[in-house]
Amino acid sequence: MGRPVAIVGSGQTRHGRRFDVSYPELVKEAVDAVFENTGISPQDIDGVVSGTMPSMMEGVALTHFYFADVLRSVGKPILKTETCGSTGVSLAITGYYWIASGLADLVLVVGSEKMNEGDSQATMTTVVEPFYQRYFIAGAPGVFSMQCQEWSNRFGIPEDKVREAATRITIDHHNDAFDNPYAHIKKRLTPDEVNNARIITYPIRLWDVCPNSDGACAMLFASEKMAKKLGLKSAWVKGVGYSGEEYWFGDSEKAIWQCAIDAARQAYDMAGIKNPRKELDVAEVYNPFTYQEMLYYECFGFCGFGEACDLVLQGVFSREGELPCDPSGGTLCTNPIGATGLNRVAEAALQVTGQAGAHQIPGAKLGLAHAMGGVDQFNGVMILGSE
Amino acid sequence: MQKDYNTLENIIRLPHKYAAGPIFTRFYDGLRAGKILGSTCPNCKKVLVPARSFCPQCHANLDEFVEVAQEGEVVSWAYSDKEFFGSPGKPPFITALIRLDGTGCNFLHLLGGDGLNTLENVQAKVKKGTRVKVVWNEDKIGRMLDIKYFEPVS
Repeated sequence: MGRPVAIVGSGQTRHGRRFDVSYPELVKEAVDAVFENTGISPQDIDGVVSGTMPSMMEGVALTHFYFADVLRSVGKPILKTETCGSTGVSLAITGYYWIASGLADLVLVVGSEKMNEGDSQATMTTVVEPFYQRYFIAGAPGVFSMQCQEWSNRFGIPEDKVREAATRITIDHHNDAFDNPYAHIKKRLTPDEVNNARIITYPIRLWDVCPNSDGACAMLFASEKMAKKLGLKSAWVKGVGYSGEEYWFGDSEKAIWQCAIDAARQAYDMAGIKNPRKELDVAEVYNPFTYQEMLYYECFGFCGFGEACDLVLQGVFSREGELPCDPSGGTLCTNPIGATGLNRVAEAALQVTGQAGAHQIPGAKLGLAHAMGGVDQFNGVMILGSE
Repeated sequence: MQKDYNTLENIIRLPHKYAAGPIFTRFYDGLRAGKILGSTCPNCKKVLVPARSFCPQCHANLDEFVEVAQEGEVVSWAYSDKEFFGSPGKPPFITALIRLDGTGCNFLHLLGGDGLNTLENVQAKVKKGTRVKVVWNEDKIGRMLDIKYFEPVS
């Protein structure tokens, strides 16, 4: 169990189509924000961790070299962590390892993405090898559509009920996004608008899918000694978990999804969490697709398998519910992929330190952050506490 | 007023010759001969398809090939009518996970034929467990798309 690790601050950019800045300038916006928000001097950091989606998405192969100046890394050790969609949580876990090991006291962690500059769905297809799977991946939605169907078939959930619950989720999150100053898509949606939206990959319709966002997120991880010296409101890392499964999509079951279950279990064991729905105050679940958010509720033990739709419709996971999930609007409203997982961690840290502003969950003390990467292959979870 | 900033278009085109290795080479040879080859793990006894050099669960080395059934059951499917980079022809595409008879994993490929060119038809004709069989392309070149698609067994 290494040394205790604190998150002492974060900085997010405005998200959207950011053709007003170059890619390094976008990253600089987040890095400048975290130093401004905390009053920490860049000179005081011991090292930098940065990451993005795979290089095909970025247009340059080694972003951490390209961004060396804006990352304030000149003269310091620099690492890159890259795990596809779960990059953000992997970045946070890398920062955690570095501090917990005792080899650093203050580390800057930065995730970023400019999805609008290239062809995001095409580059997503290049995540897989060309021998077998690449023909059939169809960007990201094809895979998630098959997973959704596997899940609803497995537990005999009627298609209408899945649709109704997914509609509730997207309406709630797009409303929530109005209270998050960094969110990309903010919209008041009606059920008719959602249910009749154009099909992306059946059964997934337009409002079931996250947008292409440009944005970056920067965070500072500190040792206990450094956190006390700084005297800032700090979130403490209580648990981390990361788990993956076999490479080929057809090799493992995606309804009772073992790597999601295991990642959460590792993090819960470390944090001493026995009943996540009762003990957690807030969860920032990675939800690029409405359906997948419900699957995570089940894999993370927020409810039993096959129960998520009913509980969503009862409001258990909405802002005023028993366990509010994605009060920021989540990935569904803002998805700069390499930053998205780190946004989840930043949002959970803001919540447990009472700094989330208009979307603060009152009294939140224990939060979960999560991200998923690859062709349904990897999941990462981090638990943050107020003490 | 929003200022228009400059953008620079740059197309990166990098030819790449991927080595298939002995097992995928043999699998592709099988497709050219109208066979779907898998491997049986001597440890967990699972039949894995496509064929592979080791079992991803037990890590036993696999060097024997078995010809697997060309029929199976649909596990799940996704309907897409948008063309995407590297897509296998013209939309619509119905990608599917198929459990070929006697195998221990799901095979990823396409559904087609039998009027499966509209969402309504797919919804009407394809359910979990629907029986499907291979339809081969006439010209087989030793690639994944030698299998044209899987169509429902009437």
